[in-house]
Amino acid sequence: MVQYTQSHFNASFAALSDATRRGVLEQLGRADASITELADKFQMTLTGMKKHVGVLEQAGLVTTEKIGRVRTCKLGSCRLEEEAAWIERYHQLWASRFDELDKVVEELKRKEKADGRRKRK
Amino acid sequence: MDAGRESEPTPMKNVTTVKRKSERELGVTRTFNGPARLVFEAWTSPKLFRQWWVPKSMGMTLYSCEMDVRVGGKYRLEFSEDPANPMAFFGTYLEVTPHSRLVWTNEESDEGSVTTVTFAEKGGKTLLVLHELYPSKEALDAAGTGAADAMGETFGQLDELLVTLGAH
Repeated sequence: MVQYTQSHFNASFAALSDATRRGVLEQLGRADASITELADKFQMTLTGMKKHVGVLEQAGLVTTEKIGRVRTCKLGSCRLEEEAAWIERYHQLWASRFDELDKVVEELKRKEKADGRRKRK
Repeated sequence: MDAGRESEPTPMKNVTTVKRKSERELGVTRTFNGPARLVFEAWTSPKLFRQWWVPKSMGMTLYSCEMDVRVGGKYRLEFSEDPANPMAFFGTYLEVTPHSRLVWTNEESDEGSVTTVTFAEKGGKTLLVLHELYPSKEALDAAGTGAADAMGETFGQLDELLVTLGAH
């Protein structure tokens, strides 16, 4: 069973709270990219993108490697997946429960309507 | 998994959102196309409750569902993948306010949560907000893992997960 430290959770959720950083993760999910490429893609200064990548790196969501003059970013090992999977489990459970509950509510509404019609007769 | 649906809700489908509110709290919201009294009934009538609480995708059978829905009343749910090894969930109702609010405890362990469900009706629809408060952060982390075990789900691609997170 995976246990998280408090700081880990906080860092990850803080990192994910920003739309640009989520976009960067999505982008890196498709392909590795350099900071310059990411800055272009998100129409941002190099310094701004470096900051975002730094936050993601600290949270363990992204790793970077400098080859020559280019710093390449890629998704971090598995922490994000664990994080996302944690929420997704709950989401799955409740979404499927509530889809079933929809059916129950529809059925109750149908019954009420039918009962209402009978009473009027 | 159908995470993509979450980012582009269609009018037909009500979206379930799940948020970790804090280290010890989890929030779930969902709108239902019906009045609060009917949604409330589905939560408080054992006959109706058992029709939806254990969805088929969980691969489990709820074979016993007792609910004494009044303040101080107890509930007990038993289900399993294998009837020889039943799992029991039980606790006490702390608050029962018809058509608007339910609070109950989960007493199967010392680390059980307190669950609050509110039902708010507007224009014939009901916004349901479910809130779970755990005694510790570790208990909530573990509960998430437990839910996964219970669901036995496989997880999709990272892209899909990111879309889901992005929508929250």
